[in-house]
Amino acid sequence: MSTPTASSGRGGRFVRRIAGRFGGAEAVPGDTWDAIQLARHQNRPYPLDYISRLMPDFEELHGDRLRGDDPAIVAGIGRYHGAPLAVIGQQKGRDAKDRAYRNFGMPSPEGYRKGMRLMELCDRLEIPLVTLIDTPGAFPGADAEERGQGGAIARSMMMMLRLRVPTVAVVIGEGSSGGALALGVADRVVMLENATYSVISPEGAAAILWRDAAKAKLAAAAFKPTAANCYRWGVADAVVPEPEGGAHVEHDEAARLLDGYLSRAIRELQALPLAERRRQRRERFRRLGASREVSGA
Amino acid sequence: MSRRPISVSIDRLRGKRPDAGPPRRLPGDERSCPRCQSHFRAEEMERNCYVCAVCDHHFPMTARQRLDHLAGGEPWDEIGGELRAADPLRFVDLQPYTERVRLAEAKGATEAIIAASLEIDGQPCVVAAMDFGFLGGSMGSVVGERFARAAERAVARNVPLISITSSGGARMQEGVLALMQMAKTIVALDELAEARLPFVVVLAHPTTGGVWASFASLGDVTYAEPGALIAFSGPRVIEQTTREKLPDDFGLAERQLEHGHVDAVIDRRELPTRLGRLLAILEQPPRDEAQSLASQLAQNGSERAARVAHALPGLSRRLRGRPTDDSFQSRGPSES
Repeated sequence: MSTPTASSGRGGRFVRRIAGRFGGAEAVPGDTWDAIQLARHQNRPYPLDYISRLMPDFEELHGDRLRGDDPAIVAGIGRYHGAPLAVIGQQKGRDAKDRAYRNFGMPSPEGYRKGMRLMELCDRLEIPLVTLIDTPGAFPGADAEERGQGGAIARSMMMMLRLRVPTVAVVIGEGSSGGALALGVADRVVMLENATYSVISPEGAAAILWRDAAKAKLAAAAFKPTAANCYRWGVADAVVPEPEGGAHVEHDEAARLLDGYLSRAIRELQALPLAERRRQRRERFRRLGASREVSGA
Repeated sequence: MSRRPISVSIDRLRGKRPDAGPPRRLPGDERSCPRCQSHFRAEEMERNCYVCAVCDHHFPMTARQRLDHLAGGEPWDEIGGELRAADPLRFVDLQPYTERVRLAEAKGATEAIIAASLEIDGQPCVVAAMDFGFLGGSMGSVVGERFARAAERAVARNVPLISITSSGGARMQEGVLALMQMAKTIVALDELAEARLPFVVVLAHPTTGGVWASFASLGDVTYAEPGALIAFSGPRVIEQTTREKLPDDFGLAERQLEHGHVDAVIDRRELPTRLGRLLAILEQPPRDEAQSLASQLAQNGSERAARVAHALPGLSRRLRGRPTDDSFQSRGPSES
């Protein structure tokens, strides 16, 4: 079990560094595409990789108690710095067989309902919640639709918003569409240095907006879904550094850096009175967006 | 073929069988029915609430037409009408986003949603109606913000919120900020719930993507218009991703009713009556506001606040919905 690293994991100083690197200029396609490749790197740590390093004592829970268990979402409770902590995350597979088993990290309604089952437990037993986001989106399938994919995502967001315990959402890989945001309505939303967060995957956008799936690079450049940009827009509260070269190079170090941020964020949130924490959580999402006002309308 | 009438009255069309003859497309005319090819004059369309008088096909409606229809022609008071789309990403796909917005605005609408205070059948409420004609009804920052303001106005006026949805999903040209509007609508609905006010959804064709996966799925009562496509992923995306062959009625309102995702499929012409009746059922009987507030505060152990409340008759119900946070705190270790 690693100990909290008080100095190295804090996002603030680092954010200024990488935000400076992007310098407010338009990201050129190469930069964004590199980030997307890193965010999807097949050796990148997934939730179970972080969990095994941060919480050796972890009990994974299975099933939504309604219909089935969705391997694309892992959920459970573990011991973290001397207290219980709940974790929910989208899990991808590393080899072909595992990828298929995890459905490429695309959750079904059962996955979100398993998550909600855990959220309810967190609320009742006063256990803080961390979500680890890494998905190309919720699974697009006819039976997932019939079983209420849209409603499951909406209810997951609502339940997270209402939780009385501290919550931290970490985008650890690719955060795409409502399938990602379903686990993203937290007190703090942070992104790993090479993670991306977007309304849709670049391939999906290319097929719809450019009517050509091969235009994914163009789409990526247009969306600019990098951690630095999301921080600038207020979508991410902090950017957590990764080991030199990316999180896939050294899982232990990636987990240690995340641990530094997480342990501190949970402590800070626990110090806030409940009413204040909930007010801030609401306000955080209430203010996001960009519009103009015209007079005389 | 050439002897088929292009423009005929409802009276003459009534009684004609919907299944008569093969479908024939009249290009570029929004007043011909895509299902039975009947064609209507503008005033006939309006009189019949933009429903085909022959086969009951529901045509698209603009948000303004929706509000006029529900308000029974009475004037309504728009909320957040001054908000317009910005271009935070300086987004360009095949066309710059600013250009897309300019063209959409030129057609007369200001955004893909219009919110307003109005009365339906004598029942005061706030309605947020979407408009598929404005950039596919997509939800960008303005849609999220207008929806949130609509909910806040409903709380301030202590009236229910109704939303008529018609949207392709989140507005991609606003990137991740469009995605965040889903969360914003959730926050707005939580405030409505805290004020103990109902939220009613009417799903119109089509309601998909991020709109279906956020506020449109969270109605206390959920109606759908006949034939409306309701789905998180559209049929094309599903067929491309999974190579499944989908049935023709995939995701349609009638199927969603079978699968338990909507409460009723309702003909648009009956909507004002049905919504009015629903709001009448949900209306709380008048109570002594101050009394009720005082007893609630007293229960939570805040006697001083209870005395203040006694001195302030007529405090709005909005306050009564709020004590949750305080009451939770006051049950801390010092008190129990």
